[in-house]
Amino acid sequence: MIGRHRHCLGLADYSPEDIVEVLDLAVSMKEVLKRPIKKVPSLRGKSVVNLFFEASTRTRSSFEVAAKVLSADSLNWTASTSSVSKGETLIDTVKNLEAMRPDVLVIRHSAGGAPALVAQRVDCSVISAGDGSHEHPSQGLLDCFTLREKLGSLVGRTVTIVGDITHSRVARSDLYGLARLGARTRVCGPPTMIPPGIEALGPTVHTDLKEAVAGVDAVIMLRIQHERIGDPLIPGTREYSRLWGLNARKAEEWLSPTCLIMHPGPINRGVELEPEVADGPRSVILDQVENGVAVRMALLYLLAGGPEAANEAKA
Amino acid sequence: MSSLLFIEGGRVIDPGAGIDGTRTVVIRDGIVAEVAEHVERPREARAIDARGKWVTPGFIDLHVHLREPGQEYKETVATGAAAAVAGGFTAVCAMPNTRPVNDNASVTALVASRAAEAGLARVYPVGCISKGSAGEELAEYGELKEAGCVALSDDGKPVPSAALMRRALEYARAFGLPLTVHEEDLSLVGKGVMHEGAVSTRLGLTGIPGAAEEVMVLRDLALAELTGGRLHIAHLSTRGAVRAVREAKGRGLKVTAEVTPHHLSLCDEDLALSGYSTDFKVNPPLRALEDVHACREALSDGTIDAIATDHAPHSLVEKELEFDLAANGIVGLETAVAVCLDLVRGGVLTERRFVEALSAGPAKVFGLPGGRLVRGAPADLTLLDPAAPWVVEPERFRSKARNTPWKGRRLVGRCTHTIVGGRVVHGEGRADR
Amino acid sequence: MKAVDIERAVARLAAEVADRARAEGSERGLAIVGIRRGGVHLAGRLRKRLAKLLDHEPPLGTVDIALYRDDLDEKGAVPVVGPTDVRFPVDGKTIVLVDDVLYTGRTVRAALDELVDFGRPRRVWLLVLVDRGGRELPIAPDFVGERLSVLPQEDVQVRLTEGGAAEDQVIVTRRTP
Repeated sequence: MIGRHRHCLGLADYSPEDIVEVLDLAVSMKEVLKRPIKKVPSLRGKSVVNLFFEASTRTRSSFEVAAKVLSADSLNWTASTSSVSKGETLIDTVKNLEAMRPDVLVIRHSAGGAPALVAQRVDCSVISAGDGSHEHPSQGLLDCFTLREKLGSLVGRTVTIVGDITHSRVARSDLYGLARLGARTRVCGPPTMIPPGIEALGPTVHTDLKEAVAGVDAVIMLRIQHERIGDPLIPGTREYSRLWGLNARKAEEWLSPTCLIMHPGPINRGVELEPEVADGPRSVILDQVENGVAVRMALLYLLAGGPEAANEAKA
Repeated sequence: MSSLLFIEGGRVIDPGAGIDGTRTVVIRDGIVAEVAEHVERPREARAIDARGKWVTPGFIDLHVHLREPGQEYKETVATGAAAAVAGGFTAVCAMPNTRPVNDNASVTALVASRAAEAGLARVYPVGCISKGSAGEELAEYGELKEAGCVALSDDGKPVPSAALMRRALEYARAFGLPLTVHEEDLSLVGKGVMHEGAVSTRLGLTGIPGAAEEVMVLRDLALAELTGGRLHIAHLSTRGAVRAVREAKGRGLKVTAEVTPHHLSLCDEDLALSGYSTDFKVNPPLRALEDVHACREALSDGTIDAIATDHAPHSLVEKELEFDLAANGIVGLETAVAVCLDLVRGGVLTERRFVEALSAGPAKVFGLPGGRLVRGAPADLTLLDPAAPWVVEPERFRSKARNTPWKGRRLVGRCTHTIVGGRVVHGEGRADR
Repeated sequence: MKAVDIERAVARLAAEVADRARAEGSERGLAIVGIRRGGVHLAGRLRKRLAKLLDHEPPLGTVDIALYRDDLDEKGAVPVVGPTDVRFPVDGKTIVLVDDVLYTGRTVRAALDELVDFGRPRRVWLLVLVDRGGRELPIAPDFVGERLSVLPQEDVQVRLTEGGAAEDQVIVTRRTP
C-alpha cells in the first residue's frame, strides 16, 4: 500500500496494488467533489506547501483545490530558478520552508531528481509535481484514473502516446502506470524525440502516426515545445503537425470510434491537436482536469497520515 | 637518523626491471642503493617490515586538480599532495585549470613552490595549451617548459578549433612536450549531465552520447598523424574512442591514453542506483557497462597506457545541488589503489599490469623520472597491503573534499607507506629497528 | 439478542418511526440514511418495513464517515474510505440516521457533520438497534432496539443475514488483553 511510501516521487516505485489503492480512493474523493458542500474535514490542521520552481497554474491550482477540499491549509511558494543565481539553493529554500512545519511538500522543478534530493533532507512527505523529464506521478495517476473510469479494466487495452517523448515526464509516468495496470503501450513521434532505451518502460516504438494509433483504445497527445534553442529536434511545427498532429479527418479515418483522446495540457491548438478534435466527442481532456483534483486529494490523504501511519501500515 | 633504510620481506613488483618476488630494497641517502634477495642489514640501518606487502616503484598520477591558485577552499597543493601520498602516489601532475590558469611562469612557480613547502608528493605542473585556456592563441610553451611544466592541457575543456589543435601539436614538438587532451564535442554534449542511454531515459536526465568523445578523439588522431606531435588522450571512457586509439596504435601512431579508476569500475546503472547522488556526476560521465568492459580490456592489452585519477575536489557548495546544477568531479587519490586492486582480484588485470599502469606507464607517457627502481635514482616507492580491508570515510580523507562515490563502502587494499626521495612521507607505524 | 428478538425490535422501531412521522405530518418527507458499515443493512430492512407502513418507499442513502473521523492521527494506518451515496436532496427532509450499535457517539457526530454538508435537513432522528452506553459526546438516540449493559473491555457486534451471517445475532465478546 502506498502508505509504506513516505513520498510520491514517481510511479516507477509503485506496485500495481499501490496504484489501484490510489485510484479506488480517488473514486470516493470524486464523489465529494460532486456534493453541494465540497469539503470534508479529514486533513484539518494539516498544511500543504506548494513549492513550484516552474510556472504552472493548472497543476498548482489542482493541488491547491485538493488540499482545500480536504480542509488542509495550502500555501503557495513560487520561485523562478533565477533565485538560485541570487544565492539561495534548493536545499536552503526547503530548509526555510520546513521551519514552518508543513505536513506535505508538493514540488515541481526543472531538474530531474530535485524532489528526491529534497525528500532526503526533510521530515515531511514530498510529492513530485513534475521534475525535469523524469516523472509527473499525479498526472500519470489521473490519466490512468480517467482511462479506467471510461474503459473499465485496462488489462489488454492499448494506449498510444504521441509527441516529444524524450522531454516528457508525463510520458514516463503514463508508461509506468499503464504497464502496472496491465495495458499495452506504444510511443510515436519523430526519431529525434524518441529517447534511447524507452522500450525498457514497455512500449513499442513507432514513427508513423497512422500505424501507431490503429486499433488502440486511447491516444495521449503531448505538447511539443515550439523551439529548442541550440538543439532543434524538428524542422518546425508545420511539418510536425502535418505528420504527427491530429485533425478531425485523421481522427475520423484512423481512430476507432470508441478511441479516447487525451492531453495533459496546455494544448498547442493547431500543432498537436486541432480544436475540433480537442473539443470533439472522443476527447476526455476536461475529465482529466476534473479527475486531477480527485487523484491529488487521494494522494494528499494517503501521505498526510505521516510516518507513523506508514510504519503501522508496514506492521 | 641513519641514512640507510631497509625495506625487507616485501614482494617487489617492478615490471620495468622484470622483478616480481621477495626482495630487500636498500635506500641510502634518498637513493636506491640495491634491490636484491639477501642483503645483510647493518646495525645502524632503519628498517621497514614489508612482509605481506607489495613494494613497487612510486605511483604517478598524470591527472589531478589541486585547485591552487584560486580555489583553495576546495583543495590546496599541500592538501592535494597529502592526499596523494596517503593514496600511495609519489608524484602527481597538476592540471592548469586553476584561477588564474597556469599559462605563465609565475603560476607554474607558485605551484612548484607550494609543493616544495609541503615536502610530500612531487608535483609536476601542467601548462595550458592556449592562452587563458580560451582556445584561441597558443600559450608560451618555451616559458612554461623552462618554468617546469611537463605537459600541456586545456583540461576541463576541449580545444574546439582543429586549426589551433594542429598548431599546438606542431609547436609543442620544439619543446618535447606532450599534449594531454580533454576530448568532447561541446555541441554534442549540449546540456547533458550523464551518459546518454537507457539509464538517462529512465532518470529523465539529458544525456551525453559516447560519440561526443569519439568524434574529437578521431579528429585529434588525424591531427597527430599530420603533425607528428605527442598526443595523450585524457580520461578515455568510450568503446568507440578505445577502438580508434587501438587502431591508430596498430598503425604505428605515437599516441598514448589514460583511464580513471571510476571509468574502470562504475557505470551509469550505479548512478541510477545511487538515487541522483551528485557524487556520481563526473565528466566524462560514467558510461554504459560495455564501455567499462572496453576500457578494462584496453588497459589490459596496452591500448591504454596509464591509470590516472582525474582527482577533482569540490566542496558542498558545488555538490549539494540538483543533479543538473552540480559540478562534475570525483576525488580519487585516496581510493585509486583499492578500486584498481579489485580489477586484479577480478582477473581483469594482472598484478604486474596493475603496477605498470600506475608507475612505469605514466612515467613513460610524460617522460618523467621514476616508474622503475633503478640503482642510483631517487628512491620513490609505494608499499601497499593488498588485503587490508577498510571502510571509506570521506571525513577522514587528507583531501579537503568529500565527493566520492565510494562513501561508506568497504574496500580492500591500501597503501601502508609512501617513500619520496628516501623519506617516508606517509607511513603506518614507525620504521622499526 | 437472538434472531427473533432482532426481528421483533426492527418491527417495533419501524412502527415507532411511522407513528411519530404521522404525528408530525412528515411521512412524505422521510428519508433513511445508514452509517457504513454497521448501519447499512439495518437501514435497508427498516426501509422495507416503512414502505409497507407508509404506502410509499422513503429514499435510502449511505454515509461513510472515514473522511470525517476526528482520530486520523491516532489511528495509525489511514482508514479505508468507502462509498458515500446520498442521491436525494437533503434540504427539508426528516432523516432517520441508522446505525447498529451506539457507543461513544463519535461515529454519529461524524455522520451528522457529513450529512449537513449535503444540505439542511428539517430534523434528524437517530435510530440504533443496540445502545451499549459509554457515551463520550452528548448524543442521544431517538429510537432504540435494546439497551445492553456491558463492560468496557467487551465488544458488541451485530451480525445480520444480509451481511452473510447464518442468522441474525448480537454478539458480546470479551477483548483479550
